[in-house]
This record gives sequence, C-alpha cells and structure tokens, in this order.
Amino acid sequence: MTATLTIDAMLTTPGDAFVAAMPAPEAVVEITALTAKQIAAAADREAQTQLAVRRRRERLASLVQSIVPGLVGILIFLLLWQGLTHVATQIPGPAKVWDSAVKLFSDPFYRKGPNDQGIGWNILASLQRVGLGFGLAALVGIPAGFMIGRFEYLNRMTSPIISLLRPVSPLAWLPIGLMVFKAANPAAIWVIFICSIWPMIINTATGVQRIPQDYLNVARVLNLSEWKVFTKILFPAVLPYMLTGVKLSIGVAWLVIVAAEMLTGGVGIGFWLWDEWNNLVVEHIIIAIFTIGLVGLLLEQALIWIAKRFQFD
Amino acid sequence: MSNPFHLVVDNVDKRFNTKQGEFIAIRDINLRVQRGEFTALIGHSGCGKSTLLNLIAGLDVATNGVLVCAGREISGPGPDRGVVFQNHSLLPWLTCFDNVYLAVERVFSSTEKKPQLAARTEAALKMVGLTHAMHKHPNEISGGMKQRVGIARALSIEPAVLLLDEPFGALDALTRAHLQDELLRIVADTKSTVVMVTHDVDEAVLLSDKIVMMTNGPSATIGEILDVQLPRPRDRLELAENTDYHHYRKAVVEFLYSKQKKAA
Ligand SMILES: Nc1ncnc2c1ncn2[C@@H]1O[C@H](COP(=O)(O)OP(=O)(O)O)[C@@H](O)[C@H]1O
Ligand SMILES: [Mg+2]
Repeated sequence: MTATLTIDAMLTTPGDAFVAAMPAPEAVVEITALTAKQIAAAADREAQTQLAVRRRRERLASLVQSIVPGLVGILIFLLLWQGLTHVATQIPGPAKVWDSAVKLFSDPFYRKGPNDQGIGWNILASLQRVGLGFGLAALVGIPAGFMIGRFEYLNRMTSPIISLLRPVSPLAWLPIGLMVFKAANPAAIWVIFICSIWPMIINTATGVQRIPQDYLNVARVLNLSEWKVFTKILFPAVLPYMLTGVKLSIGVAWLVIVAAEMLTGGVGIGFWLWDEWNNLVVEHIIIAIFTIGLVGLLLEQALIWIAKRFQFD
Repeated sequence: MSNPFHLVVDNVDKRFNTKQGEFIAIRDINLRVQRGEFTALIGHSGCGKSTLLNLIAGLDVATNGVLVCAGREISGPGPDRGVVFQNHSLLPWLTCFDNVYLAVERVFSSTEKKPQLAARTEAALKMVGLTHAMHKHPNEISGGMKQRVGIARALSIEPAVLLLDEPFGALDALTRAHLQDELLRIVADTKSTVVMVTHDVDEAVLLSDKIVMMTNGPSATIGEILDVQLPRPRDRLELAENTDYHHYRKAVVEFLYSKQKKAA
C-alpha cells in the first residue's frame, strides 16, 4: 500500500521538480540533491493528500454504515405495510398514502370554515396548546423544583402529594378542566400543564440536591452573595437536569395533546385525526400518525441539541 | 495585633455526631504559624488533616477551642483565607479567567473597577503560567493546569493564609514535581503564609518550614513538629545530595512508619 502510494506520488508529481532537473553540467550534484529533496517534498505532499482522501473515504464509509441499516429497516417496514394491504384491504398502501400526503402538504394553510382547515393549521394549533400548557408548567414547575431541592422540609412536605398525583393518567384531569374553565381549549391546555409539570419539578429538584459539595464549598470560602451563588453556581449546575425535565415534559405533552384533542374537538392534529376517522379517510389517519411522530421527533431532537450546548465535561 | 503569630489554633477539638454516636476526630490541637511561614500537615489517611484544615478554612466549626487568623477569631469561611481543594473545584461552565474573576470580583469589586479586576485576574493566571489557557474551560485543560487555576484563584484574593488540601494528590509524579517547584517560586514571590495538607514526605520536606505530624485517628492530635531549616531558595536537585534534607526526611518517615505505624 505504502509502496504503491509513493510510486503513485512520484508518477503524478507535477512537472516542476523535473523541470528543475535540467541543469547545467557543473551544477549537477547540487541540483540533483535539490531535486531529490523537492521530489521527496512533493511525495510527502502527495502522501498527505492521499491520507486526506483516505480519511474522507473512511468518514463516508462510517456515514454509510450509520445510515444504511436505517434505510433497510424503513424498506422492510414499507414492504410489510404493502403486504398488509393485501390482507387487510381497507388499509391503503404506502404509495396511496404518499400521493395523498403530497396533496395534503401542497396546501397546508387553507381555511374553509372552523372544522375544515389545512394540516399546517392543525399542527400549529396543537403546538400552540402544548407551548402554552408546557410554558405555564415550566413557569411554575422549575421554581418549585428549585425550592423543593433547596429546602429539605419542603421536599418532605410535597413528596407524598407528588408521588400520589404523578402516576395519574393525564386525561383523568380533563373533566376538572372542563368544569373549571367551561371551554375545551383551556381544558386541553390544563391537561398539558398538569402532565408536563411533574418531570420538571422532579428533575430540577434532583439537580439541586445533586450539586457537588465542591461547588458549594467554593461559594462558601468566597462568601459569595445569594445572587452570585444562584447565577454562577446553582443555575448552571442544575441546568442539565432541568433540560432533561423539559425534554421529558415536552415528550409527554405531545403524547397527551393528541388524546386530549380527540376528546375536546376544535382545530388540532389530534382532532383532525379523529375527524378523518369519522369521515373514514384512512390515508389521512395514517398521515396524521406519521406527522405526529415526526413533530415529536423534531421536538425531542431540538431539545437534545439545546441540552448538548449546556453540557460541560 | 500584638500576637506575633499569624494563625493560632488553641486547644481545638472536633467531634462528629455519627450514627454510632460521637466520634472524636481530632483533639488538643495547638498550632502557631508565623507570617510567611510554610506549614505542612502530614499524617496517615483518615487521621483528621482535612478536618483541621476545614476548621481553619471556617468550613466547619470546632467543638472546643479557638482559632485566630490575622488577629481575628475564625467564625466562618472568608476571603482572608484562600483555599485550594484536592479536586480543583473549578466551575466547569466558566472559563479559567472567569473562575478566577469570580473570586477577584468578590473581594475587590467594592474598591476597584472592572479593568483593575481583570488585570488582577490576568496577573494571577500569569503567575501560575496559564496566560495562554486563560479563556479555556476546565474540561479543555489538563489536571495539573486545573490545579494551577485553583492556586491562582486562591491567591488572587490576596489571602492572609493560603490553605491547600492535598493539592497535588491526584496528579502524576512528574506533574506533581513540576507544580511543587512552581509553588515554591510563587510562595517565595508572594511571601504567602501557607498551611498545606499532604501525605507525601518528600513534598513536605521540600516545601515546608515546619512539618506538623499527626498521630493516627480516631482522636488524633499533633505528635511532633519538625522545624525544617533548609536554606531557600530550595532546589530539588541540590537537596537530593543534602545530608540535612535526608535527616529531615528520615525523621518524618520514622514518625509515620514506626511510631505511628498503620495497620494496613
Ligand atoms: N462530617 C463527618 N462526619 C463524621 N465523621 C467525619 C466527618 N468528616 C470526617 N470524619 C471522620 O474524621 C476522620 C478524619 O477525616 P479527615 O479529616 O478527612 O482525614 P484525612 O484528611 O486526614 O484523611 C475520619 O475518620 C473521617 O471518617
Ligand atoms: Mg483529607
């Protein structure tokens, strides 16, 4: 390999080294030495580019290796799906769904009355509910988590209630919301709020409890002010835990919104899915499923990306 | 201020309340440190060296006795004592500069403006030879460099006493030797008063004016105090052939491995 590489390099060495090798006779020795050096240098350069090419090739290979299995999996999935349509004829095949999706997404933002809006509007409506419910939960849950983590008494006080309420299925809260707010939309937001608050409280509190004693000792030996302790030590130390809580919360919220919307109606991807079931447009149901999955995936990836930016050591 | 001693530890005991009842970590500790003196605390692991240092740092409160630093009784941690911890304790989300700046700002921001604070920070980092890595984060530098930042942070606030708890314990032998030399130079330059915990005999003899040898715990106390009268500046190569050096070294080794032999 190395041998061919060097020979290759010499053969493809640009002409300058050889042009210099046309010397006047008296300077032959010197120039030969020079030429040898130049050739060596050129070969070296060539070897370097060869190495770069090899590295690039290896990187490409590893990229292919990481993508190919996924593609194979999707292919098998599509084949199985296609096969299934022969058994269960009411289920449309991938091609049909794809055509339908292209049509649907070519005009995502139309409005033909309150119950007939483009899929884009439906997705945005759901995201808005999630955003509001989640945002309010963060506003309450993160400070609450800090307090619970900081004060042991508060921790002991709240932990039985949290342990009791946390496992409750989010939709169980819907009637309370409907009763209190007397409207579907705030009730759905309420459900999102209540289901996404627990991971944020719990993870933030855990983060505060797990701050290494070393960092707190730094604060103590310097006698830092409460504000400095919070901004320079507490908050940055807890941030990764907090973001884990946020990620979990958003995941749960997105799971729940679809279910909540099925019950409350209005505009939203969950309601849309239910509506298409009532209309028996099965392609659209399948499209809704993939869309929900895709949006959930994007939300999670965005948060992983944010969390990475705040990862130290 | 009539007291000629910079740091005084008077009849100090420290007991911990544990599940098995009261645990006497150290007792009857009496220690006098003069300004500009370098004191090493040496003893077997678990004898209470860190406990004593934490009392001086004010991170813990003595059960009995009094501690006085620069004429004032120690009642809690304070910036008149700079502490270097064993595991560097740098904040990973701050750059080296910002880690030191946090300390400088705390102590000098009431009397100085930002450019002066920044200049102090830079000077402290320059002193430990880290000007080039100033704007790196702790996870981008080596263990030895982190410990240097820790020393820079502790010295940047111009403490009356510098406290170090096995600062080089986690480093490899070569890096440790290098940092010991650095510390010798820095302490000579800044004329700092230092109390340093170590379990390394050579380190203790090389650096100290006084070696405080502690008996084994529980209920540990000061066994012997050795005055190290080697001339300064000290050089580890020259000391290797110095008979006094070997004499001091032998005294400490004898204390640790024969008088206070530890059942491993
Ligand atoms: N907070 C504490 N509670 C109970 N026991 C402690 C505490 N801190 C230290 N000790 C005990 O005191 C003794 C001395 O500990 P330490 O000062 O850390 O030893 P050294 O630093 O010399 O290795 C040990 O036996 C240790 O278990
Ligand atoms: Mg210790």
